[in-house]
Amino acid sequence: MTTRIFVPRDSTALALGADEVATAIAEEAARLQLDVQIVRNGSRGLLWLEPLVEVETDYGRMGYGEVTAEDIPALFDSGFLRGAVTHDKALGVVDEIAYLKKQTRLTFTRTGITDPVSLSDYETHGGYAGLRAALKLAPAAIVEMVTESGLRGRGGAAFPTGIKWKTVLNAPAQPKYIVCNADEGDSGTFADRILMEGDPFVLIEGMAIAALAVGANKGYIYVRSEYPHAIATLNEAIDIAYEQGYLGSDVLGSGKQFDLVVRKGAGAYICGEETSLLESLEGKRGVVRAKPPLPALQGLFGKPTVVNNVISLASVPTILAKGASFYKDFGMGRSRGTLPIQLAGNIKHGGLIELAFGVTLREILYDYGGGSASGRPIKAAQLGGPLGAYLPESQFDTPLDYEALVAVGAMLGHGGIVVHDDTADMTKLARYAMEFCAIESCGKCTPCRIGSTRGVEVMDKIIAGKDQRQQVMLLRDLCDVMLHGSLCAMGGMTPYPVLSALKHFPKEFGDTLGDASDSKSLV
Amino acid sequence: MRQDATPSVDVSAKVETILAEHRTEAEDLLPVLHAIQDVVGYIPPESVPCIAQAFNQSRAEVHGVISFYHYFRTTPPAAHTVQICRAESCQSMGADALIEHAQRALGCNLHGKDSEQHFALEPVYCLGQCAASPAIMINERVYAKVTPVRFDQLIAKVRGAK
Repeated sequence: MTTRIFVPRDSTALALGADEVATAIAEEAARLQLDVQIVRNGSRGLLWLEPLVEVETDYGRMGYGEVTAEDIPALFDSGFLRGAVTHDKALGVVDEIAYLKKQTRLTFTRTGITDPVSLSDYETHGGYAGLRAALKLAPAAIVEMVTESGLRGRGGAAFPTGIKWKTVLNAPAQPKYIVCNADEGDSGTFADRILMEGDPFVLIEGMAIAALAVGANKGYIYVRSEYPHAIATLNEAIDIAYEQGYLGSDVLGSGKQFDLVVRKGAGAYICGEETSLLESLEGKRGVVRAKPPLPALQGLFGKPTVVNNVISLASVPTILAKGASFYKDFGMGRSRGTLPIQLAGNIKHGGLIELAFGVTLREILYDYGGGSASGRPIKAAQLGGPLGAYLPESQFDTPLDYEALVAVGAMLGHGGIVVHDDTADMTKLARYAMEFCAIESCGKCTPCRIGSTRGVEVMDKIIAGKDQRQQVMLLRDLCDVMLHGSLCAMGGMTPYPVLSALKHFPKEFGDTLGDASDSKSLV
Repeated sequence: MRQDATPSVDVSAKVETILAEHRTEAEDLLPVLHAIQDVVGYIPPESVPCIAQAFNQSRAEVHGVISFYHYFRTTPPAAHTVQICRAESCQSMGADALIEHAQRALGCNLHGKDSEQHFALEPVYCLGQCAASPAIMINERVYAKVTPVRFDQLIAKVRGAK
């Protein structure tokens, strides 16, 4: 009997030696004349355990974590093909691992379980039920379902997806486009990457549903150049979808056309901003556009365009397949459904955690994350990428919910959490925020282009201990201008990490007068 | 490095072939630039006029696009490009120390090349491996949880393979 062994092809697993592990398994099995089939699955999201090898047994899929090629002979000796748990690296049944078992996997329901480029595997696990349901509905009914589900843009801005789609549906101009923003540049985020590498068909399906809903027949996926594996996996899946009639001139025999192409970015963080992304897709410098006009009305090539993040689009098939109320029943307040949280940085158990909105940061950091990787106390966590605020320990009980975070001067963004232990120097991190903005600013507006460079200079003086009180005042003024005077979130939110670091750790800035309670800071 | 206006025959032929094989609507500029860099290793400044002509754009427009994007190079790459992530997650796991180590180990500064043009050391801002920081990329291959010791092993492997 053939034993199926799963070795992830996810790039984190590859970066930790998964290819070498797969080769070693194949060689050892050949040497022992054992009948095995190696499936290259996506990642389960338990990233600290990668490469996580799984063996299919009658009891379920048995896991072996942090496997190296050198471990393979001993694993075979221990009887891992029968799922034996005697080896040091044995984890038992993967589905029973608490980190995974406690999650609510809706969008990531198949990731890590299936072969990412097997369409039959995808359909066996519930794939394309959403598109089939959508094909029976009128466009306005699809849009209504997405609106009803409460889905908000997962890229960071949290704009209601259904309302955006409705605007595009009602726009009279033709043609219309679906653009997927897969320029996941925020440090600490990797949900888009894991999904594209581990379950690309769900994104393709979500985009096809969006196209039906608004009357578009062409879509683009803009993926950053730092993600070569995601690009390769998407292209492979798109080719298969075309061959099998899931894309092209007659999607699933409906007579509707939907064409999809992948476009590779070129290392510009700003291209994650939707208007800059559209400029880049048009073959230009990724310079931000002023809004209005909204991309929904005048987007790609000046035509009505849906621009959605990977996770937003990948959440849609579940909503169509299971109903708006099914999805809406998860979450809290105005944050409905689930959020893929990405736990990263100095943390023992980093990975992907999909949960309904409302879990607290503390639960994520300690119950899931197990504390810092270094074993030292956690000093601060940055939420929402390089433009997100630093939260100190006193704010760890804040629930992960869009509005609750805004209330404490933070933002959820794309759901990435980067953990820093007590050795972190907050002034250096604040300086880095300004430096990053200076490097990545598109240059269109002055507060961002010049302000960030002045910000680095001011931070240098603060770090050198020169006129700290005066420089801190200057820093606040500068941040105020950037917050209110920038064209987009790049300059407009760079002050978040800077001011939050200043507000919660004023002594490090030599700001002995200001503290969290009387600070005039806006964050 | 060549600074004169005439591209070498070899490079110019490669660029011409790529331009002939691709559509040249405005939206195809980035894919064409990627193709040139993939084949030639960089985008030679002397090829800008013929790219501009193919796209019916000014040389300034094409140059503007090339210079906007960090990924595009306009000088020949070193034999091996080592990119180290500088973003927050990697910083929290010792990226700054790793960069200092790498500069010593390779004998060059960040953004620089060693004297033999064997290694180029570049910063990169997030490789999406944030739960296994710090991450680096050597010639399009990503490595995670890279300690200075592992860095030396990886570089030794690259040196051994030359």
